[in-house]
Amino acid sequence: MKHLLSTHDLSVEQMISLLETADYMSEINTRSISKVPALRGKTVASVFFEDSTRTRLSFETAAKRLSADVLTFSAASSSVNKGESLRDTIETLSAMGVDAFVVRHKSSGAPQQITQWTNASVLNAGDGWHQHPTQALLDTYTITRSFGQLDSMKGRTIAIVGDIKHSRVARSDIDMFTRLGAEVILVAPSALLPSHIENWGVTTASSIDEVINSVDVLYMLRMQRERISASNMPSLREYSSHYALTVERAARLSPHALVMHPGPINRGIEMMVDPSDLPGSRILQQVTNGIAVRMAVLFTLLGGDLTATATGGTV
Amino acid sequence: MSSATQSIVIRGAQIVNPDAVFLADVRIVNGIIEAVGENLQGDLVLDGTGCYISSGFVDLHTHLREPGKEEAETIESGSRAAALGGYTAVVAMPNTDPAQDNVATVLFVRERGIEAGLCEVVPSGCITVGRLGRELVPYDSLSRVGVTLFTDDGNGVQDAHVMQRALTAAARLGVTLAQHCEVSALTEGAVMHDGACCSSMGVPGWPSEAEEQMVRRDIALVRLTGAKMHFLHLSTAGSVQLVRDAKAEGLPVTAEVTPHHLSLLDEMLLGFDPIFKVNPPLRTAEDIAELKRGLADGTIDAVATDHAPHAGHTKEQPLDTAPPGMLGLETALGVVNTALTLTAQQIAQVMSWAPARIASLPQQGRPIAVGEPANISVWNTTDVWTVSRHDLASRSNNTPYHGMELRGRVRHTIYNGQVVVQEGKALK
Repeated sequence: MKHLLSTHDLSVEQMISLLETADYMSEINTRSISKVPALRGKTVASVFFEDSTRTRLSFETAAKRLSADVLTFSAASSSVNKGESLRDTIETLSAMGVDAFVVRHKSSGAPQQITQWTNASVLNAGDGWHQHPTQALLDTYTITRSFGQLDSMKGRTIAIVGDIKHSRVARSDIDMFTRLGAEVILVAPSALLPSHIENWGVTTASSIDEVINSVDVLYMLRMQRERISASNMPSLREYSSHYALTVERAARLSPHALVMHPGPINRGIEMMVDPSDLPGSRILQQVTNGIAVRMAVLFTLLGGDLTATATGGTV
Repeated sequence: MSSATQSIVIRGAQIVNPDAVFLADVRIVNGIIEAVGENLQGDLVLDGTGCYISSGFVDLHTHLREPGKEEAETIESGSRAAALGGYTAVVAMPNTDPAQDNVATVLFVRERGIEAGLCEVVPSGCITVGRLGRELVPYDSLSRVGVTLFTDDGNGVQDAHVMQRALTAAARLGVTLAQHCEVSALTEGAVMHDGACCSSMGVPGWPSEAEEQMVRRDIALVRLTGAKMHFLHLSTAGSVQLVRDAKAEGLPVTAEVTPHHLSLLDEMLLGFDPIFKVNPPLRTAEDIAELKRGLADGTIDAVATDHAPHAGHTKEQPLDTAPPGMLGLETALGVVNTALTLTAQQIAQVMSWAPARIASLPQQGRPIAVGEPANISVWNTTDVWTVSRHDLASRSNNTPYHGMELRGRVRHTIYNGQVVVQEGKALK
C-alpha cells in the first residue's frame, strides 16, 4: 500500500490489518515514554490547504510518536496565497525530500491528483465532501474495540445523523461500516442526503426518533449553521426538533449504545445534551484512538520497522 | 503566381455527394473544381486510394482563444488543428477577451483567420454585450459585416425577456441564435453530471434538468418569435426528445452534439482528472444512446467539436477549480466514426453539409462537382491510429482521447484551392 486516498482503496483484510497495527500503537501510547524510533529518518509533511487544527495535530502527534520528522505547511500562511499552483507547491515540498504527504484540501480529489506530482506516499486527511479515510478507520476502531473484536461490526445497526450530502466523514464511514457488515441508516432531511444512493447499501430515515430505540451506534455529524438553509428546513429549531440529540432522546438509547461524533461538536445545534453526561459517549475516545490509527497508517505506508516499536527501543 | 495556376488532382477516392457516392478523380484549378472524371492529370497528384472525398468539414463550435488567451490557442494554431481534422471552416466562439460583441473584434478574428490561411474562420457574435445576459449587441452592425450566428456560449442567456428581444432582432435580420442551454441557478459550482459517480465522489452535480429547462423555454420563445434557433452541444436524452418534438411541430430549430458527448461517460471522472471536465458534462450511457438515435433520425443536425483549448497548468488544478473544456478538432472524425456506425454520406451530412447550412456559408458544404469551390476533405473510415496529446497541432494538449485507438482519419485537406494538409501533415 503506497497511498491512502479513500476507504475504497482498502480491502477488508487491509482494514483489519491496519486496526490490528493500531492496537499495537495504542499500547505504545500508554507507555510512560510513548515514543518509538520506527520511522526515524522519515519525513512527513502535513500539508493543510484547509484549516483543521485537530486533524493536523493528530497526524503530527502520530508522526512524532514514531520519530518521523514533521514539516508543517498551512495554506493560510504560505505561497498558495501568492498564487502558487497545487502542482508547484507539491513539487517544491517534494524536492525537500518528503516521504509522505498528509493532505487536507477543500476540493474533492485533490490528494489523488497530488500522487501524479510526487513519488512520496499521499495520505488523505480529508478532501472536500469526498473522503476522510483515517476518520473511518478510527471510528471503526472505536466501535469494534468498544464491542469486542472486529466481527463485532456484523449486524450492528449504526445511524449516521445530519448533513450526509456534504460530509466526507459520512462517505468514508458508510463504505467501511457496510463492508464490515454493519447495517447503516442515514438520518437526514432529504435535501441533505446525497442523490443516487441506491447502490450504497444503506437505508434512510427522516427523523432521529425513528431509529433512536434500536441503534447500537448513534453517529452524530457536525451540522454547519450555514447549511441549515440548504436543508430546506425553515429554521435551526425545526432542524433540531428532528435531528438533534436531546436529553429526552438520549434516555431512549439502549444501555449498550454508543454515541459518536467526529468533532468539533456544535453544542446547541446537533448536540443539545452534554456528551459527558452520556455513558455511551465515545467522543473523546475517538480522539485518542485517532492517534493510534494514524500511527498505524503512517507506519504501514512508510514501511516502518516493527522491531523498532518494541519496549526499550532507543529514541 | 505559379502555385495559383497549378492544377491539383486527387486520384482514386470515392466522391461523397448527397445524391451519390462514386469513384472518380477530381481536378482543382484556381480554387475551383475544374474536372471530375477518370484518369485526370495534374501538376500535383494526391493519392486518395481507400478514401472518401467530400466537401470540407465545418465546425459550428470552435474556441480559438484569440484575442485574450493566446497561451492556450491562437487563430493560427487552432486553424492548423482544424485543417488536420479535415475542416475547411470553423465558427469561432465569441468568448474571447474582448468578447466578439462588436464589429472591431469580429473583423480582427476574421482577418487573423485570413492571414493564417488554413481554413475559413467564421466569427460568431455574442447575443448580449460581454456575454453578460443583459444588453443586446448591435445586431444590425454585426449582421452587416456578415455575422450570421450569435451566441453567448459558455453562458446561457438566463433572462427570458432578454432572450425574447434577441430572438426578435434575429428574426428581423434572418440570423440564427445559438444557445448554450444551462439554467445557472441549478448548476452553481457544478463539476460533473449529477449522477451516481458525482454523488460518491462528493462534488456538486450538474443535473440534466438544467439543460432541458432552457431547451424547453427557448422552444417556446421560437414559437413566439419565429426566429431561427440552434441548440449547442446537447447532452441529455430529454433535450433530444424536446428538439425532436419541436421539429415535428415545424419550428425552425437545429441542434448539434459533440464527439465527446457521443463517446465518453461521466464515470471517466472517477479518477478526478480535470481533462474530462467539460460543460455541459459527460453524461450516462442512456444519454449517449439517445444522442446517437437523435443524430441518426435527423433530430440532431450536426456534430460540432466544442474544441476548447486550455493551457496545461490550468488543468493541473483540483477538479472543482479547473476550467471545463477539451480539444476536439483533430480527433472528431475518428471519434465519430469509432463511436457510431455511419455511412460516408451520413458523416459528410453531419460534419459538413448540415453545419455549412446552419452557419449560412455559401462556399462550404457544396457538392464535389465542376464549378464548385475547392473546399475539400479527403478522409477514410479505416485507418486505425492512437491519439497522442504530444502530436497535436493545437497549442494546448487537453485531449481526453490520449492513448485511445480511433478508426478513421483525414489524409488531405484543400482549402480555397490550396493543399493545406497532405498525407496527414499540415503544409504551413
